[in-house]
Amino acid sequence: MAKMKKVTYAQAICEAIDEEMARDKNVLILGEDVGILGGNFKTAAGLFEKYGDLRVKDTPISENSFLGMSLGMAITGLRPIVEIMFSDFLLLAADQLLNQIAKIRYMSGGQVKVPLTVRTTIGAGRSSAAQHSQSLHAIMCHVPGLKVVVPSSAADAKGLLKTAIREDNPVLFIEHKMEYNNKYEIPEGEYTIPFGKANVLREGKDITVIATSNLALKAVKAAEELAKEGIDVEVIDPRTLIPLDRETLIASIKKTGKVFLADEGYERCNIVAEIMMDLMPDIFYYLDNPPERLCLPNVPLPFSPALEFPLIPDQEKLYKRIKKIFKG
Amino acid sequence: MENKFKPIKSYKLSKKKLLEMYLTMVKIRDFENAITDVYSRGLMNGLAHLYIGEEAIAAGVCANITSRDYAVSTHRGHGHLIAQGADLKKMMAEVLGKKDGYCKGKGGSMHIMDASKGILGAIGIVGAGIPIATGAAYSAKYRGTDQVVVSFFGDAASNQGTFHESINMAAAWKLPVVYICENNLFGISVDIRKVTGNPNISDRAFGYSIPGVAVDGNDILEVYRVTQEAFARARKGDGPTLIECKTYRQKGHHVGDPGTAYRLKEELEAWKKRDPIKTFKARLIEENLATEEELKNLEGEARQLVKTAVQFAEDSPFPQLEEAFEDLFYEMEGVKTNG
Repeated sequence: MAKMKKVTYAQAICEAIDEEMARDKNVLILGEDVGILGGNFKTAAGLFEKYGDLRVKDTPISENSFLGMSLGMAITGLRPIVEIMFSDFLLLAADQLLNQIAKIRYMSGGQVKVPLTVRTTIGAGRSSAAQHSQSLHAIMCHVPGLKVVVPSSAADAKGLLKTAIREDNPVLFIEHKMEYNNKYEIPEGEYTIPFGKANVLREGKDITVIATSNLALKAVKAAEELAKEGIDVEVIDPRTLIPLDRETLIASIKKTGKVFLADEGYERCNIVAEIMMDLMPDIFYYLDNPPERLCLPNVPLPFSPALEFPLIPDQEKLYKRIKKIFKG
Repeated sequence: MENKFKPIKSYKLSKKKLLEMYLTMVKIRDFENAITDVYSRGLMNGLAHLYIGEEAIAAGVCANITSRDYAVSTHRGHGHLIAQGADLKKMMAEVLGKKDGYCKGKGGSMHIMDASKGILGAIGIVGAGIPIATGAAYSAKYRGTDQVVVSFFGDAASNQGTFHESINMAAAWKLPVVYICENNLFGISVDIRKVTGNPNISDRAFGYSIPGVAVDGNDILEVYRVTQEAFARARKGDGPTLIECKTYRQKGHHVGDPGTAYRLKEELEAWKKRDPIKTFKARLIEENLATEEELKNLEGEARQLVKTAVQFAEDSPFPQLEEAFEDLFYEMEGVKTNG
């Protein structure tokens, strides 16, 4: 076992960036408030002081163009990390992300590599209403050309982010903003986690729960409660949506015969619908229950805490929904 | 609209350079005429946005560009590529969707790229190349090189947010980029003068505290001169310049659009009298800098190059269907990519 230490999720992200910037002088970070402030969520704390203005670049509020600039950097020898403060803002930069960054290698017949990491945040729960709370990763998965990472724990976030920064393809790296201040154990020292390898967080024989981002951690807690009811839940964190570790998911579902999926994006066109459809030809005859999902209902996030919290997928809702499959 | 040209000699360019510039324009014109031809023969699919009438801009700008510099082009990009020395054979093969094209048939007319020559892409979304060029300029500064980036775009792109956002950042950070606005007055059918408060695009430079200059885009030597100054400024670390080249496309928006429904015949005729190739040829002869025969030889050379390119493209095979699934991701060693 590696020696462990306790850090916040934000610190783990920051460590990954810091280590990669120290390792490779062509790595830089740009975005709104990444400089003196150290990032809106403190994921770049201390980097400006350490690496200076050229490598830690505060940008104006021009998401589409500074993201487009990062593409120009990536195809001319740099390895930029771009912070888009909220996935909601990624819509402003959708052309550069989905029409340019995702396609330039393909359109050029493979002439260029695009080593570019776009970090952004998802998640509701901060009473931030409908434009600062969305989880829009499914939209970004629709267009071919991006790798999409949804880390759950701080340890995963660090290891996967280091892989993203070293990757020679564009990566959309989705952090859950409600995790930033939570403390986690992470391994001491350097490590990376490969893309396309799902993490079986809890083994079980009765049902497979595929949960993305921090819902994977909540699903583990729900599973511990369900165990007391005699329901043995297997929880799998896919870690990366593109590429997707189909083999691990298929093997688990074949074993349990039941599947429940959870993701904080809106329910309609949620990424778990795609995952399910993708797996279906391989698992259909092994299922003894219709697949179910827990997502955000199809309404914009309301402001009032009386309205917001009851809508957000969480541990309790996971517990109730999964229990219902067994106990009605 | 009179032709007011300064004597060629006042630009102090060698005969060799002048003839190179002439050849570039003629190559572009011939290539575009060949496009019309392959299109009408049913060999080409999709859209072909011709550069006819605007050749002096690409040729004048790129006469300043070195092999280490970068440029980002547009949907109307054939001229930019040719002026930077792209291979006509691979260009034409790409236009015809063939395997030997620059992009193996995946990009087509709107997306021809030659990364090895610093041509970082022809971007089909209006205005979307401006930030990419600006980022390449940031990269040049970051890496401590003296590279300059040319960002080509049209008048219509100047009304996209990317124009403002990118030039603002380039100005704030003194990035080595030269913004070339090819103002041909029309975005498809829409007259820039009808949809823009001030249709003199270069005036906007004032708002960014950078130099802005309007130039006759049909006068290759004026384009060359102002771009040369902008390049020098960029290389010195003095930041970006916005150059507006006033010009006119002599054809419609694309092959198949006659371009007559939304433009005045008189306006087109007036601009045709100011054709960048004809006027430059007349000046070269008038000032005894080249003989008619010398120029004819160059025209023959260009025609032959284009002819060879068309033949090469016609002979090239179409890509195999399985190639549609290649080139999405760079396959890193030891990393399986099933995206």
